[in-house]
Amino acid sequence: GGSMHMFDRSLNFLGGHGIVGSHVPVAAGVGFAIKYRGGDQVCVCFMGDSVVNIGAFHEALNMAALWKLPVVFVIENNRYGMGTAVERAAAIKDLSRRGAAYDGLAHAAVDGMNVLEVREQAAVAIERARKEGAPTLLEVRTYRFMGHSMSDAVSGTYRTKAELEEYVKQDPILHLRHTMQEAGEFTDADFEALDAEVKRIVQDAWDFADNSPEPPLEALFEDVLVETTSEPVISVGA
Amino acid sequence: MPIITYRDALNQALREEMQRDDRVFIMGEEVGVYNGAYKVSKGLLEEFGEMRVVDTPIAELGFAGIGVGAAMVGLRPIIEFMTWNFALLAIDQVVNSAAKMLYMSGGQYNVPIVFRGPNGAALQLSAQHSQAWESWLMHIPGLKVVTPGTPYDAKGLLKAAIRDDNPVCFLEGEMLYNSRGEVPEEEYVIPLGKAELKREGDHCSIITNGKMILVALQAADQLAKDGIRVDVVDLRTVRPLDVEAITTSVKKTNRAVVLEEGWELAGIGGHIADVIQRECFDHLDAPALRVHQADVPMPYAKNLERAAKPDVAKTIAAVRKVMYLD
Repeated sequence: GGSMHMFDRSLNFLGGHGIVGSHVPVAAGVGFAIKYRGGDQVCVCFMGDSVVNIGAFHEALNMAALWKLPVVFVIENNRYGMGTAVERAAAIKDLSRRGAAYDGLAHAAVDGMNVLEVREQAAVAIERARKEGAPTLLEVRTYRFMGHSMSDAVSGTYRTKAELEEYVKQDPILHLRHTMQEAGEFTDADFEALDAEVKRIVQDAWDFADNSPEPPLEALFEDVLVETTSEPVISVGA
Repeated sequence: MPIITYRDALNQALREEMQRDDRVFIMGEEVGVYNGAYKVSKGLLEEFGEMRVVDTPIAELGFAGIGVGAAMVGLRPIIEFMTWNFALLAIDQVVNSAAKMLYMSGGQYNVPIVFRGPNGAALQLSAQHSQAWESWLMHIPGLKVVTPGTPYDAKGLLKAAIRDDNPVCFLEGEMLYNSRGEVPEEEYVIPLGKAELKREGDHCSIITNGKMILVALQAADQLAKDGIRVDVVDLRTVRPLDVEAITTSVKKTNRAVVLEEGWELAGIGGHIADVIQRECFDHLDAPALRVHQADVPMPYAKNLERAAKPDVAKTIAAVRKVMYLD
């Protein structure tokens, strides 16, 4: 908990939720609203691998499939839910097959270390949602390079350093660099320039956070409720 | 003025608000084809169609969350729980999603949703189907909690709840659906957060809400025969709580009994007694007393159930005690 509640309404970024699995039905609700209005938007919902074992996930998938809601459910399978390996938590090896339980829910797994493959599969799922109003469960297989949180050592008690090092070699950024250079469209200098630019963006964000003032104490009581302005009260009492 | 049932008053509110605003839809178990487990949504499917009257699987957590998501992007869902007992399965969405979304998002996403359904004990439905949840829900910042006790209040408060831009928990008395009362034909809305004095007297205040209003009024009738005149303060909305209505009454009568349907520990009455001792200390002629359910899961046996519930006799006894008559 703590820093996870990021939202940006201007980008239709709906958060930032701290209860595992709780946001999956919320995303289905966004899909429901799209269908209700007859829009052609798509809601994309990201979750960790441990979400596939909680009830909210299944309730949401069932209704999304039943009602044909335009949602792409993306499992970012990084092999660990906190310190518990996937195979110690899920009674299924191929997490994407959880989607097979629901007629009308497409399901697929993709190599999350391969940026172009992820892009391709995501596009298929988004198109299916947009054109057919049909949901997809997309498992993206990747790996967690860092500890679970600030209080978790990089490899911890639950995985070996050797395992971590093996996956670090498959870093999707390095993989993409290699692919692009093989295709002859991307030089070392291009990479260095891009790398420097990204570092600058991250540093700017870091500096912005560091230099931002603490909220004023009055902010404590703000945003608990909104003032209802949509309609006046028409008459009062008996 | 027409006299209609509490059920029909709620049905009118739903129908009128759905006619008025096409962002409003109702979703829940058996709300459509079955016409509602308690027939509150009767006829709505026929009038509004299946996109706006949505039958769900039995999956409270899932469909409550779907309501939250739809509300975040501008729809105005009414989520019916067949009873509030089943809302416990969805409490994560009510508390962690609906109530906190505005705060967590720094004011970017409000959640204009109504969670509604029958609340409290009926007759011999036993432990898992006989619970009054308002003291749980009123604990949570970010929610409004409404407990109408009459058909008139049920209609006016439900319309206000649907129009409110915040999450509202709307707790209907399961035993009230067939109760009857005057409901005007012309449109009216009752603001949330305002109590109403349902009976006026100067000897003692009975502060209560929801179904217990009927118990309080019956107690008031019987007490009147002995010349005891009580104020009956109907809180109507327990969050926000109308503190002024409570203190105004108690400062007039100098004595208070708090009557609630739920359990004693951490109940509504504990908070109201605290308000009274802080705000009315110099006005009190006796300690405030509480009437509530016995501190047990609701028993099935008829005689034990009756003994567990707060009732007219217990309320009268409490009033007589704060008046030092017994």
